[in-house]
Amino acid sequence: MNPQISAFGMAFLFILGGIVLVLLGLAVASLLRPHRPNVEKLAAYECGEEALGSVWGQFNGRYYVIALIFVLFEVELVFLFPWATVFGQKELIEITEGRWGWFSLVEVWLFIGILVLGLAYIWAKGHLEWLKPQPQDTDYQSKIPAKAYERINRTYQKNKT
Amino acid sequence: MLSLVFFLLFIPLFALAGVYAERKVSAFIQDRLGPMEVGRYGLLQTLADIIKLLLKEDIIPSLADKRLFKLAPLIIFVAVFAGFAAIPLTPTLIGSGLQVGVFFILAIVSLDVVGIMMAGWSSNSKYPLLGAMRAVAQIISYEIPTGLAILAVVMICQTLDLQSISYQQGIWINHYQHLEADQNYLFGLKPLGIDITLVGGFLTWNIVRMPFLSIAFVIYFIASLAECNRAPFDIPEAESELIGGYHTEYSGLRWAFIMLAEYGMMLLVSFLGVILFLGSWNTPLPNLGYLALADWTSGKPDTLWGQLTSIFWLFSKTFLLIFAQMWIRWTYPRLRIDQLMYLCWKVLVPFALAIVLLCGVWRLWMV
Amino acid sequence: MVLLLFYFFCFLIVVSAFLMLLTRHILYAAFLLLLTFLGIAALYALVGADFLAVSQVVIYVGGVLVLLLFGIMLTHQPVGGQPSAAPQTESRNLWWGALTGIGFFALLAQVIYKADFTSKAWIVSAESQKRLLNNSSIPHLGANLMTHYLLPFEIIAILLLVALVGATLLASRKS
Repeated sequence: MNPQISAFGMAFLFILGGIVLVLLGLAVASLLRPHRPNVEKLAAYECGEEALGSVWGQFNGRYYVIALIFVLFEVELVFLFPWATVFGQKELIEITEGRWGWFSLVEVWLFIGILVLGLAYIWAKGHLEWLKPQPQDTDYQSKIPAKAYERINRTYQKNKT
Repeated sequence: MLSLVFFLLFIPLFALAGVYAERKVSAFIQDRLGPMEVGRYGLLQTLADIIKLLLKEDIIPSLADKRLFKLAPLIIFVAVFAGFAAIPLTPTLIGSGLQVGVFFILAIVSLDVVGIMMAGWSSNSKYPLLGAMRAVAQIISYEIPTGLAILAVVMICQTLDLQSISYQQGIWINHYQHLEADQNYLFGLKPLGIDITLVGGFLTWNIVRMPFLSIAFVIYFIASLAECNRAPFDIPEAESELIGGYHTEYSGLRWAFIMLAEYGMMLLVSFLGVILFLGSWNTPLPNLGYLALADWTSGKPDTLWGQLTSIFWLFSKTFLLIFAQMWIRWTYPRLRIDQLMYLCWKVLVPFALAIVLLCGVWRLWMV
Repeated sequence: MVLLLFYFFCFLIVVSAFLMLLTRHILYAAFLLLLTFLGIAALYALVGADFLAVSQVVIYVGGVLVLLLFGIMLTHQPVGGQPSAAPQTESRNLWWGALTGIGFFALLAQVIYKADFTSKAWIVSAESQKRLLNNSSIPHLGANLMTHYLLPFEIIAILLLVALVGATLLASRKS
């Protein structure tokens, strides 16, 4: 049998082992822990206030765009990994008198170059910009003059040195 | 099989020690003492915590989707735990000899994302949902620079097998199949003609074999912080605005398993960082003439001494990286989400792409 | 053992796919899709296609499924704060739907039953290359990408570029 299949079998055993660990822990806890639910306890967390409104507020559409960009780059990565394991193999380079390495390298540069164009496009179009917080000026005048803060800073600086 | 048993015991233990270390490190950085009450120097503090968590009521909010709410911690933990299958502990001990080792760990991170999404959505509460959306957007964004940094290492090592990558970075390189005739040159460059196959030490680590990989390592390290949702990339669980992020509604042991998965993730990315860039289980000390430091501090792969020394080096390097993670967490303020996306897509990705291009040329100089 | 696992994962795929069709809850359907994807990845692993198995998880679970979930969460506006409202469609052509489904199933079953897979050229050549079956498929994949399938490889890059530009254009239009 292919040794790689048994290697995956071992990874599967790790998954099963993880599941057993979690279930065992929860089983032990369920024997020990109390179970006294009440309405207050089971309410959604909201800093001690009654929860207001729907959970489903307005989400920023940029999350979706980021996920889209991610999928495309992930596909690129998947194509690059098999190439990365062969382009510098000694035997292949020796058979082709050095042409194999440079040829496949240039091909992949082309591949990456085309995708960098895509990155440049979305960069230029501003899809990578997230909404920045807009600091708002108010006409509120603090009674404490700015000099007071400066003096405090100076004292601390002096104490430090 | 031994590896599976080891990790089943080690990961909970690591989480216990890790939480304690985190609290002590943060305390010392902030000029405090940290936990001091339970046991000597508070050493039993996390043990007391885990007993408390065992005895805590398991609260499932009435508005939550009960089935998915119960399932999510399982998926999050199992995904991270399965990642350890591909980690080589010693030259001969590895959970599963997957040829696609590194790539397998990338897949694990993807699975983790779905678990987080499930936890956030099924809680049916504002903070978890917002936290989950942020966490997922952040993790998938930083997966690209991580993947590119890993790709750079794969290009230099010409394999996805983590055990082979480990052997290539030390004096035992010729003891692994397909590597019998391989040689290491200084900076990986054959034209320089300085053969350091038997010198080993840090000179054969990947960050020295291809000096630009040290930049790739920095990229990997930054991105791995984001993958674990750790400060300064902790906006998914920013305490001051989101309470706890996607696990706000969880309590008791279910919450404990989510935390266990987070510490497991820290361990996993640190292991991977050490294996890919910092010489894996190889000793950092090179053979210098009569001072055969590398021979003294690392035994032959199949001897007991070899096993012990390799475990020692792998773990000490990994714990150093974890300490660095904690150090950064308690030193830097949190990034805003626009800064986060800026750093990922406009700084890390272009740099990582440039390093991938450079590594291609370097590898062809290496043969 | 392998056969047993094969049937187990087949069962997993079929059951989760069925449940995905039957559930009226759109997010349950998405999470059941996760199970289907993982089952398919396991089947790839069982036939020795290690790279394909992991790629399946990376792309479909990590990429496509997350995209789907984001899409649902961004567009799904539930009634009265309850997220579990089932999707409602105006037109319900039960009979035509059933007829099309059964007809298509019959067609596919016919094709699979009649096709002679054992004598297909690519299967014969794969069978003859035992070297492939004894080790990882990655170097083989990489070498083929750079030689026999070089043009498709480059065209994929252009396809990805077009998808990237088109998708961001579409996604940003409404805002």
